[in-house]
Amino acid sequence: MSHYELDARRLLCPMPVIRAQDKVKTLAPGDTLDVVCTDPGALNDIPAWCRINGHEVLDKKQIDDEIIVCIRVGNID
Amino acid sequence: MTTQRKAVALISGGLDSMLAAKTIMDQGIHVEGINFFTGFCVEGHTHAIRKKDKAKPKRNNALWVAETLGIKLHIVDIVDEYKDVVLNPSHGYGANLNPCLDCKCFMVKKARQWVEENNFDFIITGEVIGQRPMSQRKDTMPVVARESGANDRLLRPLCAKNLPATLPELEGWVDRERLHDFSGRSRKPQMAMAKQLGLTDYAQPAGGCCFLTDQNYSHRLADLWTARKTRDYELDDIMLLKVGRHIRPRPNFKMIIGREEGENKFLEGYRKMFASMTTDSCPGPLVLLDGELSQEDLELAAAIAARFSQGREHEQVQIGYHINKVLKQRFNIKPLGIEEVPKEWHI
Ligand code: SF4
Repeated sequence: MSHYELDARRLLCPMPVIRAQDKVKTLAPGDTLDVVCTDPGALNDIPAWCRINGHEVLDKKQIDDEIIVCIRVGNID
Repeated sequence: MTTQRKAVALISGGLDSMLAAKTIMDQGIHVEGINFFTGFCVEGHTHAIRKKDKAKPKRNNALWVAETLGIKLHIVDIVDEYKDVVLNPSHGYGANLNPCLDCKCFMVKKARQWVEENNFDFIITGEVIGQRPMSQRKDTMPVVARESGANDRLLRPLCAKNLPATLPELEGWVDRERLHDFSGRSRKPQMAMAKQLGLTDYAQPAGGCCFLTDQNYSHRLADLWTARKTRDYELDDIMLLKVGRHIRPRPNFKMIIGREEGENKFLEGYRKMFASMTTDSCPGPLVLLDGELSQEDLELAAAIAARFSQGREHEQVQIGYHINKVLKQRFNIKPLGIEEVPKEWHI
């Protein structure tokens, strides 16, 4: 199991979701991914995308203008 | 054992595509959603940029639809490929720079490719005959089916009874009798159906699903093409057209002026790509400069920037001119009067 980081700064939604989606496709179940964004929309959109597609949000936090959503990749069928 | 049939639904985030997907799910078909990001989509983000809207909770409507229906959603970035649709639509534009018919053909074609790659059986859309003047007419609906290559694997559940039977109906995968016969511009049948399903919180975007139907936006895009002497764009260009006040005082340059803190912050991210102006002696907007400016142009731009600062009534305002975020020149300049910024400059 590995940990990754995805830089989605300056991208507006839904681009951070698309980038996260495309990155997750390359990962294995159990891997974790920090998505770093600046669009506050990501705070809602990435968790919504995770709920729909069976991934888990381990943490979401906002530090100054940056939002970090940590995802654990679920079993992708 | 009967085969579990699978359909992909084009999900825009609006009510119609949601109802179309629901209609087919209720017939025991496995449905997943697909949503295309063209770069022109009207989404929460443009409002999010403006600080005054920040209090409102934002959501991506396509994700909301998928979650409400309990289906997977695949969001596909088509920004690059979509350029050709916007720049060279074979069926022309609608009232503004919206190439709706080509757009529909393109999206259904992409969905068809997805269906083929993922072993799905058919495609559903929320189209309704007569709902839209260009892409949803009785005579253009077959065009979408044909040009996308989806042919009879394209099912429009909301108006299927007004159209020839498609493969899923002929094969008995879905029951034609349980599809709908909506037509025309009235939204009443959709609203009644939503009510019946207990859906209240669906999105009803006033301006439709994309910026290309917006007159003001189309005007800005056309201006960009004229000024650059080429019909082309990058994602950053079309994003910037959504933000700020756009003023073109002379054919060779345009100013993008932040209207409030949220927009200034957004424009800040583009200061390495564009020359910029800041108001240094009082609060004021961040301004991006697009084009090649002479010294005289810079003075005019500084006076306009000062006009939109809080020092507009002052004798002089200090404006900084930066390239790559590095200060190159400072202007102590008298702000232009309101009548000195004519309407024609606003795009
Ligand atoms: S409004 Fe925009 S997204 Fe919708 S069909 Fe027309 S061009 Fe395509």
